[in-house]
Amino acid sequence: MLSRTAENLFWMGRYMERADATARLIEMGYRMAMLPGSNEQEEWRSVAAASGSAPELAHPDARNFSASAVVQRLLLDPDNASSIRSCLTSARANGRAIRTALTQDMWEALNDGWRSLGQMDADTALKNLPSLLEWTKHRTAAFRGASEISLLRNDGYYFLRMGGLIERADMTLRLLDVKYYVLLPETDVVGGGRDYHQWTSVLRATSALRAYHHVYKGDYTPWGIADFLILNSAFPRSVAYCYRSISRFLDDLAELYGERGSPQAVASQMVEQLDRTGIEELFQHGLHEFVSQAITTTRRLSFEISKAYHF
Amino acid sequence: MYNEMFADDRSVRGPYEKVAEWINATGVDLLNLRQSEAEAIFRKIGITFAVYGEGADPERLIPFDLIPRVFGAAEWRKLSRGIKQRSRALNAFLYDVYHRGEIMRAGVVPEELVYQNEAFLPEMVGVDPPGKVYSHIVGVDIVRTDGDRFQVLEDNCRTPSGVSYMLENREIMMRMFPQLFQAGIVEAVDSYPSLLKKTLEEVAPIKCDDDPTMVLLTPGSLNSAYYEHSFLADLMGIELVEPQDLFVENGLCWMRTTRGPQRVDVIYRRIDDTYIDPLAFKADSLLGVPGIFDVYRSGGVTLCSAPGAGVADDKAIYVFVPDMIKFYLGEKPILENVQTWRCAEPDHCKYVIDNLKDLVVKRVHGSGGYGMLIGPHATKKEIEAFRAKIRANPSEFIAQPTLDLSTAPILGSEGVEERHVDFRPYCLVGKDIRLTPGGLTRVALKKGSLVVNSSQGGGVKDTWILAE
Repeated sequence: MLSRTAENLFWMGRYMERADATARLIEMGYRMAMLPGSNEQEEWRSVAAASGSAPELAHPDARNFSASAVVQRLLLDPDNASSIRSCLTSARANGRAIRTALTQDMWEALNDGWRSLGQMDADTALKNLPSLLEWTKHRTAAFRGASEISLLRNDGYYFLRMGGLIERADMTLRLLDVKYYVLLPETDVVGGGRDYHQWTSVLRATSALRAYHHVYKGDYTPWGIADFLILNSAFPRSVAYCYRSISRFLDDLAELYGERGSPQAVASQMVEQLDRTGIEELFQHGLHEFVSQAITTTRRLSFEISKAYHF
Repeated sequence: MYNEMFADDRSVRGPYEKVAEWINATGVDLLNLRQSEAEAIFRKIGITFAVYGEGADPERLIPFDLIPRVFGAAEWRKLSRGIKQRSRALNAFLYDVYHRGEIMRAGVVPEELVYQNEAFLPEMVGVDPPGKVYSHIVGVDIVRTDGDRFQVLEDNCRTPSGVSYMLENREIMMRMFPQLFQAGIVEAVDSYPSLLKKTLEEVAPIKCDDDPTMVLLTPGSLNSAYYEHSFLADLMGIELVEPQDLFVENGLCWMRTTRGPQRVDVIYRRIDDTYIDPLAFKADSLLGVPGIFDVYRSGGVTLCSAPGAGVADDKAIYVFVPDMIKFYLGEKPILENVQTWRCAEPDHCKYVIDNLKDLVVKRVHGSGGYGMLIGPHATKKEIEAFRAKIRANPSEFIAQPTLDLSTAPILGSEGVEERHVDFRPYCLVGKDIRLTPGGLTRVALKKGSLVVNSSQGGGVKDTWILAE
């Protein structure tokens, strides 16, 4: 496979995942801002911070700060490479550059309606926010579904999936990076309304609210939530799940190519670390330290993959 | 004016019987509905075409007209022999140009037209391309001016585009009107990609000692014909590469893959001569594969078409193609040329200057219908402006009579209407010469217009060759 093709597939996977994760993030902000007793500004500010692409809005002294500014920046802004609009456009451009590596179903999922965010202004978007976010999630789901059922299971599929998983791990970690303080033990004592909101917001942004109930039987605790998002490999947005899957795809790739590449060392080291660490230990050593280190590792893994496969 | 569907007494001509029957049975309303469905499908699949210099929508659709253009079996027999004959002669001419130049020595083609031609590449002199083939895909633009009169408008020896429309137009027609094709009366066109692949295989370079690896080289996804590039690569099952995917090492050409370098033997390039190799041609070009021309010359890789093939499809050289057929093949030309005045000749030039209002004037190196004058449709001012341009630089221009192009039926705003059409078949030249029964019919959608180029408001149609 051409290195450029692998690179395009990898980034297409990342862009689609980012569009999806950003939609969930905005959805979280939207829901939280509606709740009684919430600080609307604060909610939107943490959305801006977790997205990682709106630092000027995330700053507490940001001027002209508003929900509409955040939505504009994260949903519509063509100059923000991580806005939903840019992600869908870039994913399509990547796909178009390697049309021969995509199936017709995948292409149609990428091509369908990609222009529709182009003409929209922030106020219209804010009014129709729930349906726009639903639409985004449908687009990315259709693309994922099309790849699942139509793409050959070979290197192209592996690169596409690894791109998506790296992006997903990164998004979960960045959310934790912004929200880690609400999970710290000292905020646990009160257990009042605000904490409840904060914890559920983290789960909501990862679409994990209901799944959490099934696993932890109802009680929201900082440990439970952190355990779920980091260590629970049954939950498909957890760091453990993403890293295990990446490690498996790297194995598949090694088998196909007959040689093991350097990225596997990075991935499997992380998998081992997550396997042997309990959540108490993680809190003891510092949740924030762990999250920062994991973000760096994820970045390195992405770099090692592109280096090992010449893109 | 020859109407392809109706004879003078409005009776339907033989080849169009089936189509006429279908139009009547379906009705214009339903056809219109299907027409918009077809457009939606084209958009969805992503078959688009960018027009240089127009800005606006970079992924525009070429209008597609539902009503097929039809050739009878006997008409095709003649066309097919003529097209193959022309393709052979053009390749023989190119070999001669880059070797002994017999045809110039014999005084049949003027030397300066060849050796001072922009498309002539001195670097190609003495190079022996595999099978002596220079132009592997010859696109011959043909117009019909009467029942049995077909004339060649121009030849395309470099990288003629449009063949994806031949395939997709048929695909759409078969998807929307399967019952039309059930009787098996229309020759299939879907063998084109495998014939093209076979042709490329046949011209593997001498240093290739295994099954040749073939690639299609595209300038990238911003190119107007990108859809076609990806479409053909996909159908042939070969890699679609961009210049930065290729590199030269140890006298061979390689592509960068996830498993390291992989050897490349045959390159079907859809990129202009001057952008192939910045070391050999255009030093300031950011495109291209440095050193690839040397690999080509030493038999390490084959470029299709060969660099320098464009010298044969120049509009000034065109005039001499019938002479080439006689000179190299000893045959009588089957397809006529259109009468052409070369303004480089003083007496031709005088005639052209005096008769501009009746002539079509084209630039010798131009293409795509840009910068031409259609005398009968031009204003006085435009004619005067052209007169001055020709006087200033006569050898830049040729002129032809305004042709009475045949018309074919289209689905217009007032039902079935008549529009002018031309035809471009794609002849493949490897060890054998192969011609898929079909081609691209372009249609001037503007009423009365003679310009069929898609960049100038032309559309496309499915083209049927009826089975014997």
